[in-house]
Amino acid sequence: MDFSLTEEHKMLQKAARDFAAERVRPLIRAYDPLHKFPRELLPEMAEMGLLGVCLPEKYGGAGFDYISLGIVSEAMEWADASVRETIAVHTALNSLGIFQWGTETQKQKYLVPQAKGEKIACFGLTEPGAGSDVAALSTRAKKVGDTYLLTGEKMWITLADIADHFLIFAKTDPEKRHRGISAFIVERDFPGIQTGTIEGKMGVWTSNTGWVRMDNCEVPAENMLGEPGEGFKIAMSCLDNARYTVAAGATGIMRACLEASVAYAHQRETFGKPIAQHQLVQQLIANISQRLDIGTLLWQRVGWMKNMGIRNTRETSLAKMYCTEAAFASASDAVQVHGAYGYSSEYDVERHLRNSKAAVIYEGTTQIHQLLQAQYALGFKVDKPLRRELPPYTE
Amino acid sequence: MANIWTLVEHRDGAADSISWETLAMARKLADKSGGSVTAVVLGDGVSELAQTAFHYGADSALVVDDPALKDYRLETYGAALAELASARTPDILLMGASDKGREISPFVAAKLGVGLASDALDMDLDGDSLIVTRPVLVGNLIAKITFSDAKPQMASLRRRVFPALEPDTARSGDVETVSVTLPETKTAVTGFEVAEGEVSLNDASIIVSGGRGVGGPEGFPTVKALADVLGGALGASRAAVDAGWIPYSHQVGQTGKTVQPDLYIACGISGAIQHLAGMKTSKVIVAINKDPEAPIFKYAKYGIVGDLFKYVPALTEEFKKELGK
Amino acid sequence: MKAIVLMKQTPDTAQLSASMDGLKLMAEGGPRIVNPWDEYAIETGLALAEDHGGEAVLLTMGKPESTEAIKTGLAMGCKGATLLTDDAFENSDSLATARILTAAIRQQGDYDIILAGKSAIDGDTAQTAVQVAALLGIPYLGYVAKIEAVDFDAKTITVVRAIDSGRETVTSSLPAVVSVLKEIGEPRYPSFMGIRKAAKAKIPEMGLADLGLSADEVGAAGSNVQWTQVTLPPAQETQLELIEGEPEEAAKILVQKLLAEKVI
Repeated sequence: MDFSLTEEHKMLQKAARDFAAERVRPLIRAYDPLHKFPRELLPEMAEMGLLGVCLPEKYGGAGFDYISLGIVSEAMEWADASVRETIAVHTALNSLGIFQWGTETQKQKYLVPQAKGEKIACFGLTEPGAGSDVAALSTRAKKVGDTYLLTGEKMWITLADIADHFLIFAKTDPEKRHRGISAFIVERDFPGIQTGTIEGKMGVWTSNTGWVRMDNCEVPAENMLGEPGEGFKIAMSCLDNARYTVAAGATGIMRACLEASVAYAHQRETFGKPIAQHQLVQQLIANISQRLDIGTLLWQRVGWMKNMGIRNTRETSLAKMYCTEAAFASASDAVQVHGAYGYSSEYDVERHLRNSKAAVIYEGTTQIHQLLQAQYALGFKVDKPLRRELPPYTE
Repeated sequence: MANIWTLVEHRDGAADSISWETLAMARKLADKSGGSVTAVVLGDGVSELAQTAFHYGADSALVVDDPALKDYRLETYGAALAELASARTPDILLMGASDKGREISPFVAAKLGVGLASDALDMDLDGDSLIVTRPVLVGNLIAKITFSDAKPQMASLRRRVFPALEPDTARSGDVETVSVTLPETKTAVTGFEVAEGEVSLNDASIIVSGGRGVGGPEGFPTVKALADVLGGALGASRAAVDAGWIPYSHQVGQTGKTVQPDLYIACGISGAIQHLAGMKTSKVIVAINKDPEAPIFKYAKYGIVGDLFKYVPALTEEFKKELGK
Repeated sequence: MKAIVLMKQTPDTAQLSASMDGLKLMAEGGPRIVNPWDEYAIETGLALAEDHGGEAVLLTMGKPESTEAIKTGLAMGCKGATLLTDDAFENSDSLATARILTAAIRQQGDYDIILAGKSAIDGDTAQTAVQVAALLGIPYLGYVAKIEAVDFDAKTITVVRAIDSGRETVTSSLPAVVSVLKEIGEPRYPSFMGIRKAAKAKIPEMGLADLGLSADEVGAAGSNVQWTQVTLPPAQETQLELIEGEPEEAAKILVQKLLAEKVI
């Protein structure tokens, strides 16, 4: 067992954390009240290699391993959840999906520009009437000659207004439940696709969240990802990758909350001494510190399993469930340490508290993950090998 | 008996005030050791500065008057001073830690192979040997510097840490005009744009600064109005500069300017360690901040807990009345 | 075009906090970084290499662990680096350091420009780059905020120096030592691809014998100043006086107090 990060990891971590502190956080502090997506960060993230961090160089990526995907997720969410969401959606949900399931032609055409960050990609699974219950989705794909015609609406789609490429899940065989779902790579320029923004979110105000509407959207048959009816498995494997970034990102929130609380506890004085000397404040800080370490161990284990090519659906679910709940609790504790100031938008912890609630809900609610964990423990659920697994990391 | 030289710095014959502060420091050291102070004046048609130097405490003056020294250039000024110091070997050679002094002094020290301590906060003698106190780690530490026997022992003095003497016009001394061999120059000054309108942070005896509490670029005129009525410079914290509310040239702190005015008024600045490093040695600090727990209050002599947009304009008005503006 | 960037590894003053004072930072202070002012020199070298063809290389004197900072510079895009390290170099003052750097520069073959940051945040002397220029006998251009024009064939450079009194335009022959300010342009972030390459890079080292120097020219033996004592700045004993009341009333009180202080 070796818990240490490699030199490469440490350098990557420093670069990503510096970028988060110097570029991302000041921008987010300015844009959050305006509900403005920090679009100018995308070319900068692309230039660094952030958007294709764990994809091989031959596909335009930076060639790092999967632990590195967690490292950059953690670094970005320390600044704000929205920037980590970009990585979760663009890199994990979409690009890793194509990397795992795509043909060589699809990889060259779509993965390469996405890994380089020249094209931005998103993921369209959730619908107004189908969230955690994926099999209930109602978007249809009808085959006419060499083309599929997609009709339906996707909701809560991160980067909906920004993305160039969409990974859309639709039923090719409506008779079957989840076995009738197929996955399609859709370009914004294809006729019949439209997007819009959803307003009024509780948090993650700098993230672009929207809807995607397709009305007989024409998608060439060669843009089907995987085989007909394989969409559900593809979606679930994409979620394994994204949930991993959500878990790692949540530890970024916890680190931010710990740093802010420690600094504030040293600075703020009540009853004649710094509040760091008060034991109940110490308890709050101990709680955050404990959750941060547990969460980090959980996501790093998943990163290691991914590197080794070991199936990790259970471990990922556990990490996602724990880390997001822990981040929400930690942000709440951090606000408490800050007292009334923590409740004000002048301090980052207020934003982290609002943001952290989202991740407890998306990518499978805590309750879905509890069911999954129970099913694994009770022997109701066993993961079978997939037709195509996420490739293990090779240097 | 320390024989101390100080460089008189000027621009086109107008002396920089740091020269007289340095002279006062040299005077203090010379008096302690029973030594003497020689003012060194380099330039073109600047011999009058020698007389002024006597008023400010010099015993004698060395003047190099040469048309080639009209424009300041490191290569000529450095060579001239190095030649003089090499030929006559003073015990101690001082100058101001101005932009010029901070490049002339290391140049001369390298040419002579002697020791140098830049940006001194204070100086003293141990026997005839110089001891310098100077900030390191951007003001977060103070180092005591001692010298080997190689002469001259060199140092530059930070602005505004040691007061100039009151000029005594009765004082005079011997002026020696000398010539030096100047090198052929490889650099040429082709343009100069005077910093106009604004008081420079370096020279300001009063600085009024704004931080994150200013809220945006539209808040800075309120802060500037107070600076203007006081004839002071406008400063800013890194948070305000990073947010793009005000240009970097106004930044005070570790990654900006280190300042030491008589009066520093911090408006909406919480007082991060990095900001404090750049201003906490100011003579009087006034803090205006909504947050009574802001660290800046630990360094302030006077504090107002409240909205800067209410209190700063009130201060501006009151100063206008008092100062008759 | 070849630019030599003088770079130093320093403690990270961003880590200073209530529980980490300057003394602790110097002694243990966690991961060390590229001296922040040197990042602007690296950026300048990389930008010149992009615009004119050629390369920027790093030259660093320091302890063996300076390779960490060097690798950051490589990840930013520098094409090579040399670490000057030897037990004999310890406690070198700025002039002894300049001697070591100069000896290494003389072994670098042809170069067009030497770039430096305005100072190192630990020693804060701002002396070394000037002294390198003095020892090499080439021009020194300090406080450079902008490179207006550069012609590496004609060996000339025109820069804008931001000095106390204003902005001065200076033309100089090359090679020269150019010390840059923050205004020169924000340093780029290391690219991730660059990080992967740099993490594996082996940094060539040179010591006393390689540089043809003798032990009495460097380190404490070759230095004319030494830090005999380092302390925290004296705690300021300011007694805060809170001025209370409505704005007009408080302003009256404060103005009178400041006038009495004779600071206006």
